[in-house]
Amino acid sequence: MKPAKQTFTLPTRTNANRKVAYVNARLFDPESGLDVKGGLLTKGGVIADLGPRLFNDGTPEDAEVIDCKGHLLTPGLLDIQVHFREPGQEYKETIHTGSKSAAAGGVTTVACMPNTDPVIDDIAVLEFIHQRARKSAYVNVRAYAAISKGRKGEALTEMGLLHEAGAVGFTDDGSVVMNALLMRRALAYSRDFGIPVAQHAEDANLTAGTCMNEGAVSAKLGLPGSPNASEAVIIERDIILTELTGGRYHVLHITTAEGIDAVRRAKKKGLRVTAEAAPHHFCLTDEAVAEYRTFCKMNPPLRAEKDRLAVIEGLSDGTIDAIATDHAPHDEESKRVPMTHAAVGIVGLETMLPLSLMLYHKKQLSLGEVFAAMTYKPADIIQVNAGRLKKGAPADLTLIDLGHEWVLDPEGFMSKSHNSPFEGWKAKGRAIRTVVGGETVYTLS
Amino acid sequence: MGKAAAPKKNWAKKDWIYPHRHLLGIEGLSKQDITRILDLAEGFIEKNRQIDKKYPILKGRTLINLFFENSTRTRMSFELAGKRLGADVINMSVATSSVKKGETLIDTAMTLNAMHPDFITMRHPESGAVHLLSRKVNCSVINAGDGSHEHPTQALLDALTIRRKKGRIEGLTVAICGDILHSRVARSNILLLNAMGAKVRIIAPPTLMPPQPEKLGVKVFNDMRKGLKDCDVVMTLRLKTEYMENSFVPSSREYFHFWGLDEEKMSYAKKDAIILDPGPIIRGLQIDSKLADDIGRSMILDQVEMGVAVRQAVLEILSHTLQTK
Repeated sequence: MKPAKQTFTLPTRTNANRKVAYVNARLFDPESGLDVKGGLLTKGGVIADLGPRLFNDGTPEDAEVIDCKGHLLTPGLLDIQVHFREPGQEYKETIHTGSKSAAAGGVTTVACMPNTDPVIDDIAVLEFIHQRARKSAYVNVRAYAAISKGRKGEALTEMGLLHEAGAVGFTDDGSVVMNALLMRRALAYSRDFGIPVAQHAEDANLTAGTCMNEGAVSAKLGLPGSPNASEAVIIERDIILTELTGGRYHVLHITTAEGIDAVRRAKKKGLRVTAEAAPHHFCLTDEAVAEYRTFCKMNPPLRAEKDRLAVIEGLSDGTIDAIATDHAPHDEESKRVPMTHAAVGIVGLETMLPLSLMLYHKKQLSLGEVFAAMTYKPADIIQVNAGRLKKGAPADLTLIDLGHEWVLDPEGFMSKSHNSPFEGWKAKGRAIRTVVGGETVYTLS
Repeated sequence: MGKAAAPKKNWAKKDWIYPHRHLLGIEGLSKQDITRILDLAEGFIEKNRQIDKKYPILKGRTLINLFFENSTRTRMSFELAGKRLGADVINMSVATSSVKKGETLIDTAMTLNAMHPDFITMRHPESGAVHLLSRKVNCSVINAGDGSHEHPTQALLDALTIRRKKGRIEGLTVAICGDILHSRVARSNILLLNAMGAKVRIIAPPTLMPPQPEKLGVKVFNDMRKGLKDCDVVMTLRLKTEYMENSFVPSSREYFHFWGLDEEKMSYAKKDAIILDPGPIIRGLQIDSKLADDIGRSMILDQVEMGVAVRQAVLEILSHTLQTK
């Protein structure tokens, strides 16, 4: 197989009148169920028109024409949980390199987590992210703000001002909000903002000192494990608080059958609760840790097979709304240490699409379900105008060759870091063009 | 109102007599009770503007002001009210009392009761403390603010201020904004304004709303602009800084940005809307300095003046009740 050539271009965002005609596309919009051969026209940063007969009378004279060759044209994908490490750990990732990795993965909008240094707990830091994004990002970069100042779990951040400044949600991310009173206040205070209070659901006492899932594998390896209950007790508690306050709650990277069941019940009650899952949690189990592979150390950890299946079921029945990668770049040194000391997490942006498509290829999810979880559903969770192919929507598009067979090679990733356990995995389907605001930022040829 | 002579004695009309021994709250007062107290207070306003402010109908009576919380306005106001009516007034503040030595509230009450006072006004940080006192003493007890429960003379003086400025209370739309959860002023005002037929709104961040606020008989808003729309009267409340530390709201700048009353937010209210605040006003937190000082709209100092008259009226009707025993 000849090596594919990847080309990247930073968007200029100054093309208000530029027209681009996408011809011979398989238009695919998960929200409306649209799946039809046709064309799509963008003007400046928005979708001007689309449909099966759009270019019956030819394309506009002043439009650039892109032949999609029958490939799948979807709304640009979203990954609503990434760590771009800027500011603070630019040696692991930056907004520039992280967004480049996103573009390569077909992702046009990301939501950064606030566990930077300094923490995104103040409008000045949030403005800094937005400013860096305007200058250096290939894709739309948005950010969560912290729930508590310094992510210390003590005092609320200026949630209202942060919301006005463009925060897409609130989370203390890797640090769970253990204080139920603070969680109550956060949910109540932000009730009318529309954006969620998101929780990395793990009881800090139950998980203290653990480095993997608690089960047969941890028993054999002699490693301290965290039980499923550590996730479920926090989710159950937060759902009760959501009911009390009328707030809006989102579970980050859900992993356990018990936790998923709690979300399912909450949704049935009509509570404003959503959840996301990461590809590694529906692709891998704790068996992958068997040879003390630190690349498989995640938080929350890889769980048992029944939990992996529960994640897939949750995606299938809509309990889990979105797929998000928890893209967590780490330098090699952070991983080349004993298991208990290794950094947690893996890079995910360039593997999200191929790993998610495996659910489609294995007939576990329909194509519509797979893409719903990466387009309009995550867009709705963080309340951004994205994830839809329709007139007037932002011209964020992903062109996907569903038949493209390739071998995942983390060393070739655009991310500054290459910590991924999926080296050598055979995948089918890949983004071949990524369009942000009407401008192509990435092509694969 | 130009007459400097004796104020009208509306209570003396035989068709009405104040039906309680104490004034523990607005709860239990009828529209008529409230109207009569306001009418009586009306008469004291002009008298208080004269050189000779004495009207010694309480000669020989003893009033004890018992304050377990700091207060400027209310305590001074009760003291002046009592003195102008000729009563002997004693102020007892906790800082110098035997409460500091560990005496219980009931023991303090029994001790004071043994000195045969006619009135005790009490302020206490705990809701219900004034009710406890009232059950242990033989005199009339006036609630000068108990915890987050009631502050009836504040609501009465607010009502008098509104009535004098607007000519009525019934039918007016009144928005109470700020820390409703912890506010005794809000609770008393909601009761009084509802009894008088006003339309009451409360505006606060969700964290500073009491549970099931609609059950108080009010319209509930979290957004100032929506809540202030077409209001006749805007009441701002103080936000104690200790609540900031407990994360009810994140910071004073955020609170002022969303819930501080300023010119822009005030523009949503009616053009001739007036502003009341029980004080102390914290400029730049609950209210913009410019608005607080706008004598066309800000009633803050009128409220203080009405406070003395209302407390005189309350002492007078309670003394009348004592006399009838």
